[in-house]
Amino acid sequence: MRRYFARKLLTYFLTFFVAVTLDWGIPRLMPGDPIAGLLSKFQLQPSSYAVLHSSYTRAFNLGEPLWRQYLDFWRALLHGSLGTSIYAYPDPVTTVIRHAVVFTLALLLPATVLSYLAGNKVGAIAARRKLLDDTVLPFSYVLTATPYQWLALLLAFVLASVAHVFPISGGFSYSLVPTLSWAFLWSLLTHWFLPFVTLFLVGFGGWAIGMRNLIIYELDADYAHFLESLGAPRRLVRKYAYKNARLPQLTGLALSLGTIVGGAVVTEIVFNYPGIGWLVLQAINSEDFFLLQGIFLFIIVGVLLANFVVDVVYVLVDPRTRIGLQEGTR
Amino acid sequence: MHKHVKRMTAAVLAASLAAPALAIGGAGASSHATTSFPRSQTLYTSGTAYSPPTNWNPLSIGAYATGTIGLLYEPLFLYDPTTNKTVPWLATSGSWTSPTSFDIKLRSNVTWSDGRPFTAADVAYTVGLAKSSPTVPYANLGQYIADVEQVGRYEVVVNFAKPAYTQWQNFLYGNNATPMLPKHIWSKLPASAVATFANPHPVGTGPMLLDEANAQEVAYKTSTHWWATKDLGLKLEFNYLVDIVNGSNNVELGQVLQGNIDLSNNFLPGISKLVGGISSSYGLQTYYAKAPYMLSANTVWLEPNISKAPMNNVNFRKALAYAVDSKQIASVVYSNIVQPANPTGLLPNLTSYIDRSVVAKSGYSYNTAKAKALLKASGYKGRTITLEVPNGWTDWMAAAQVIVGDLKAVGISARATFPVYNTRVADLTNGTYDLALDNNAGPSTTPWAYYDRVYQLPIQQKQTAQLNWERVNDPASWALVQELGTTPPTSTATLQSVYSQLERRTLQTMPVIPLWYNGAWAQYNTTYWTNWPSAAPTSNHYTPVMWAGWLGQDTTILALAALKPAK
Repeated sequence: MRRYFARKLLTYFLTFFVAVTLDWGIPRLMPGDPIAGLLSKFQLQPSSYAVLHSSYTRAFNLGEPLWRQYLDFWRALLHGSLGTSIYAYPDPVTTVIRHAVVFTLALLLPATVLSYLAGNKVGAIAARRKLLDDTVLPFSYVLTATPYQWLALLLAFVLASVAHVFPISGGFSYSLVPTLSWAFLWSLLTHWFLPFVTLFLVGFGGWAIGMRNLIIYELDADYAHFLESLGAPRRLVRKYAYKNARLPQLTGLALSLGTIVGGAVVTEIVFNYPGIGWLVLQAINSEDFFLLQGIFLFIIVGVLLANFVVDVVYVLVDPRTRIGLQEGTR
Repeated sequence: MHKHVKRMTAAVLAASLAAPALAIGGAGASSHATTSFPRSQTLYTSGTAYSPPTNWNPLSIGAYATGTIGLLYEPLFLYDPTTNKTVPWLATSGSWTSPTSFDIKLRSNVTWSDGRPFTAADVAYTVGLAKSSPTVPYANLGQYIADVEQVGRYEVVVNFAKPAYTQWQNFLYGNNATPMLPKHIWSKLPASAVATFANPHPVGTGPMLLDEANAQEVAYKTSTHWWATKDLGLKLEFNYLVDIVNGSNNVELGQVLQGNIDLSNNFLPGISKLVGGISSSYGLQTYYAKAPYMLSANTVWLEPNISKAPMNNVNFRKALAYAVDSKQIASVVYSNIVQPANPTGLLPNLTSYIDRSVVAKSGYSYNTAKAKALLKASGYKGRTITLEVPNGWTDWMAAAQVIVGDLKAVGISARATFPVYNTRVADLTNGTYDLALDNNAGPSTTPWAYYDRVYQLPIQQKQTAQLNWERVNDPASWALVQELGTTPPTSTATLQSVYSQLERRTLQTMPVIPLWYNGAWAQYNTTYWTNWPSAAPTSNHYTPVMWAGWLGQDTTILALAALKPAK
């Protein structure tokens, strides 16, 4: 067991190192000079331009040779600093991300977990009821093939623009100051709902189809036939089939985490929802290397952590792995 | 196991929903009593901020939050582009008493929001920074200023070592007019921080106070001690002003249509179809009730890179000017919310400076036959030239396609490219482009800034200051521009003759090709606030734009003070 986790941790660490290096390097491949871009929006006289350009370049540590920027990046990172944001100058990147992270987590965690649970349940039920299968299956196919931004725009148009049931934009009402009050919580909830539903629905379709197909496959497996021939009740057979079908779904969850984050990016942009995904767009638009690095670092850590959690859960729910591990340590 | 999962899920859900409330609530609920901005007492604006409000230092050009200049900090004078006049603001008057000294008289009942009086010491300090602090945006004035004298409490005399009329005018009036700083706060800062510190607790002379800022918006509260209420009878009818950070176009349009935003300064495609007529139920209004709907904000040029062939050939550049149909761009791409530019490229507020005889003689207009003849004379061999437009600027991208079509029609092999904004800036500063669209020529009180932009010499390896991006080397014209700087503003006849010469030279050599005027995009929803600026004779003609340089330096602040609640 310990060796299994030690090996896993080493893999995670290497992935982290490579990912962070790429994370540092890729924004710097963007053509153009972020400071020149920032200053070009203002009509400055040549002398003030030169002074401002050099002072900003110094402030952002961009004048140093690349290898030093890279080492400085790691040093700062180990001290918990991600530098200063160009986009939200002079706020530190960590502050900018901290304010956005809560929104994204509030969106992603429930959307992922609930769509996974509900999708699996509905898929499993669909596999044994003809009527349900005929309705849920095509519907799920449509949902899972829908691009996030398209569903988001549709919901925004119908429920926000036309029906005025939900707000169209923002993380909370523009007329409220964030306080711990019922009015503010309610505002958070109404603004949260449409982006959440978007992420939930697209995810739901995928999980339902996967589960439905897996159950049908499992019900056709030898052990299921054997159980049936022993006269086991159908419910018991289904229970076993469900347990077995859960495993590939769990692997699928680990694999799809990246896609889900991508979905959150476009959904947040459509609803102007001030989370991490929306921030990615802002950072790209202002060529804010430091903010981009910070966000991707956060996403890398998040996806690795989530993968780790899935690894642990896998061990818990799959007796074969569990027993195999215990034998290995013996 | 199952129950476990359910319970855990419930916990995760509850926690993730409560998290934002706690996190942002903790950050924002610190010091003030306001918890909401009642709709009927609040003016909602948008279209200016592209990043969260984090800075209220009026010298941090490019970083300060919407409203920093205008609502908090104020300049000595406002400039009214519709009448081409200056409006005394913190000053009551300003005049040249000799070719090298300028006398400013100040209002005597202005106070800073911390209760301290605003005096000559503050003005002298602000002007003096030009000499002492190279990081302030107006540091170029430093080389001209000899010293700054305080005469009593409310008068300042600025002495110049050599005449610098236009530079000084730029400091006082127009979109770069410098706001006055409180000496008792700024003088305590280290020299390196003067222009860059974030100033999270701003103390200004303006009509509002900073109330709240978060990633979505900045909110100001109306001050009860604004000097202009007593001096000029101006009063803001709203208690709060909330400026919302820009979202995507679809969100923005939806917000204005629903009346969640009162004033949007975004470019919203198709807005001309939503104003008036059968769409009047939306309650939307623009400055003009029909085309061009918007005031003009800056000149869009087709900018040829003159350091490269064939753009170095004057006949080729003239061929470009005759080949492009800017009327077509205005109507097809913009649905007539912009107007084609005057051949001189000078904005409508500078019309009085345009020499009509020069335009009649040397001006150009859309004429493909002439373009073909000029192209032949230029000896153009068919090299493919590219036209650069920043990616994502959808209106310009569409315009670029029209231009490329026009150029092909006269026999120029052209292609549009759409690099990201910063690449395009790099190409223009390094001079590696062929053709580009550019709108650096913004509003100004005289044509000087426009020609300074066109003819600035010497040409650097990197033209970082966005002056002379087309890289024209015309020392004679540059000498004329410099002559303007040393000609007293009172010598109007001399000035006009220099302007006429510059206009003629520019039309004869076509260093840039003015195409159309980008609009001062402004759409108002009249559901909650009325009496917006418009061209109608019965209403006010102030500028309706919250952009930096317009709100506090042009007359937008007067437009805000003129607003009335709808009910």
